[in-house]
Amino acid sequence: MPQTLFDKIWDRHVVRNLDDGSSLVYVDRVFLHERTGGVALTSLAESGRKVRNPAQVFATMDHILDTYPGRGDATEVPGGEAFITTMRETAREAGITLFDINDPRHGITHLISAEQAITLPGLVVVCPDSHTCTLGALGAIGWGIGTSNCEHAMATETLRARKPLQLVVEFNGELANGVTAKDMILYLIGKYSASGAANHAMEFRGPAISALEMEARFTLCNMAVEFSAFTGLIAPDDKTVSYLAGKPYAPAGARWDEAVQNWRELKSDDDAVFDKVLAVDVSDVPPTVTWGISPQHAVAVTAGTPELESADTSEQRAELTQAMDYMGLKPGQPLIGLPIDGAFIGSCTNARLSDLRSAAAVLKGRKVADGIRAICTPASAQVKKAAEDEGLDQVFTASGFEWREPGCSLCFNAGGEGFGPEERVVSSTNRNFRGRQGPRTRTHLASPASVAAAAVAGCIADVRQYQEAAT
Amino acid sequence: MKAFTVHRGVTAPIMQDNIDTDQLIPSREMKRVSKSGLGAGLFAGWRYRYDGSQKIGPADEFVLNQPAYRDASILLSGRNFGCGSSREHAVWALTDFGIRAIIAEGFGAIFRMNCGRNGLLAIDLPADQITALQRFCEADPQTHRLTIDLKNNRVEAGDQHSFAFSIDEADRHMLLNGLDFIDFSLQFRDDIDRFAEAYRHQHSWAVLPATPVDD
Repeated sequence: MPQTLFDKIWDRHVVRNLDDGSSLVYVDRVFLHERTGGVALTSLAESGRKVRNPAQVFATMDHILDTYPGRGDATEVPGGEAFITTMRETAREAGITLFDINDPRHGITHLISAEQAITLPGLVVVCPDSHTCTLGALGAIGWGIGTSNCEHAMATETLRARKPLQLVVEFNGELANGVTAKDMILYLIGKYSASGAANHAMEFRGPAISALEMEARFTLCNMAVEFSAFTGLIAPDDKTVSYLAGKPYAPAGARWDEAVQNWRELKSDDDAVFDKVLAVDVSDVPPTVTWGISPQHAVAVTAGTPELESADTSEQRAELTQAMDYMGLKPGQPLIGLPIDGAFIGSCTNARLSDLRSAAAVLKGRKVADGIRAICTPASAQVKKAAEDEGLDQVFTASGFEWREPGCSLCFNAGGEGFGPEERVVSSTNRNFRGRQGPRTRTHLASPASVAAAAVAGCIADVRQYQEAAT
Repeated sequence: MKAFTVHRGVTAPIMQDNIDTDQLIPSREMKRVSKSGLGAGLFAGWRYRYDGSQKIGPADEFVLNQPAYRDASILLSGRNFGCGSSREHAVWALTDFGIRAIIAEGFGAIFRMNCGRNGLLAIDLPADQITALQRFCEADPQTHRLTIDLKNNRVEAGDQHSFAFSIDEADRHMLLNGLDFIDFSLQFRDDIDRFAEAYRHQHSWAVLPATPVDD
């Protein structure tokens, strides 16, 4: 029977199919972070259970810690230090590998998991973080879970779940100038809504996917959860193999050859059947920005907020009105020229080396507009070092951006550093939810280059004008 | 886990789509390395009035602050409830507040699983049925309570409406019997051992050495 990529990975991990329709699914890797890792390990110990296979469990600090230069365990997050020290103590007691603050391998979990080749194609990797789907870019099942399921995974080496339905999104055509993987995923969510992939695992494929570099694929898969997908994944190809070759936890010698041979089978069969098929011509995708309070409120940067007449029902009109009220906007209002207070480049979505290069290309020789608080947080220590080695930090700081230490940073406000009430922020992150980056902060999601363009302009701007002017 | 069989309770409508877990509990309300005491942070952005980022009192207009709904134990909502962050604190905040069930037009995948792990019932119903339940409850919230019968998979609104629902059979079994889901899976320990051994043999490239790699 023809199989999809997801089928192939899922089926090779099924320990047992249960009578109730669920399956016990073998888990290859568990990655923890300080927000919930200490809670999970403490709870596990209190229930008298042990981590079944400590070699497959990893941890880092990313959610709570500060990103100021020279930061340590102390944080502006009230009570935050306890999360950090508990993570460290419980990791030591459980005998798992911790990438601690200031370790040269430190960073956001999903970054480390890829940079260290802890995630490999064909694996099932779980983490108590919804953006674990990022790792689907490697052709793995990246599965975001809660704390209880995390305890389950550590105690049993499995998760118990019903196999999801399956969706494939075919991306055809070629991306236009100034358009990135971020714009592709925002466009998709804007077109089909934030629940467009509910109950489905989602594969991305097609010529426009093959053309994407690995870092862009991570960005695309990262936001599968914002489409309400169970996960997002891309079949491994030569780019995937090159990306992983020689990385610290990648198999070596004969086992590497065996692995690569195995990964070549990891693609959907030509006649595999999906429950749902969507197709996007990426030449239709413009530089995209969100105007509202859900990633589905995504439009071309050259457009404006919707007119209320565009809503089909009174409930939809009420939702649009509520979103515009929160964002301080009116129906039909253009986005270009909207003054901003902050610009943030960071997060597991868009703070890899290629992201920082694209932003630096806009910032080079330009200054951040007066009164704008502009911050760049590389997503990992490796990204930060690589960026500094090619002088990108100098471009950022010369333009007026702060250059920070790796972590989740201002992607969300944990009670410490944040943006202020009613401040308008253009952000390379993944969620424009109400209050996400600070109490009553107004977030507009965009690509890193678009964030840089907005920082320079002092308002939402069309990135293409800044890229064309630079060449 | 607390068993769920039949529950009757005051039902509060929060009729929005895409209520994300940042709304259910903002990250800044998750103050302790603990699963308990999170009810105070439930809907913190909506439930309190603020001066800047300081709470200065309850927001009287918010539904759960209204006297008729203060003891609500069931929520009605729109599409894609609990989307966004995987934070299980959203479920712990709901259960700590006293919520036993949520009826919505779909749920975020991670949130739905988190509900099942904590005895919180997540019920999918179509929009028209949710609207009918909303009208029933709003007419007199204190007396027009909904009854959720998990034994028979039905939601009852007095003698006005009775709607069937279906939930994942695995979750239903765990909820009805109040089972510990890790203990449940550990009954298959021998299957897991056998599988792991075969898997490690077949996919040796996927297996990490027992001692951590050290750079």
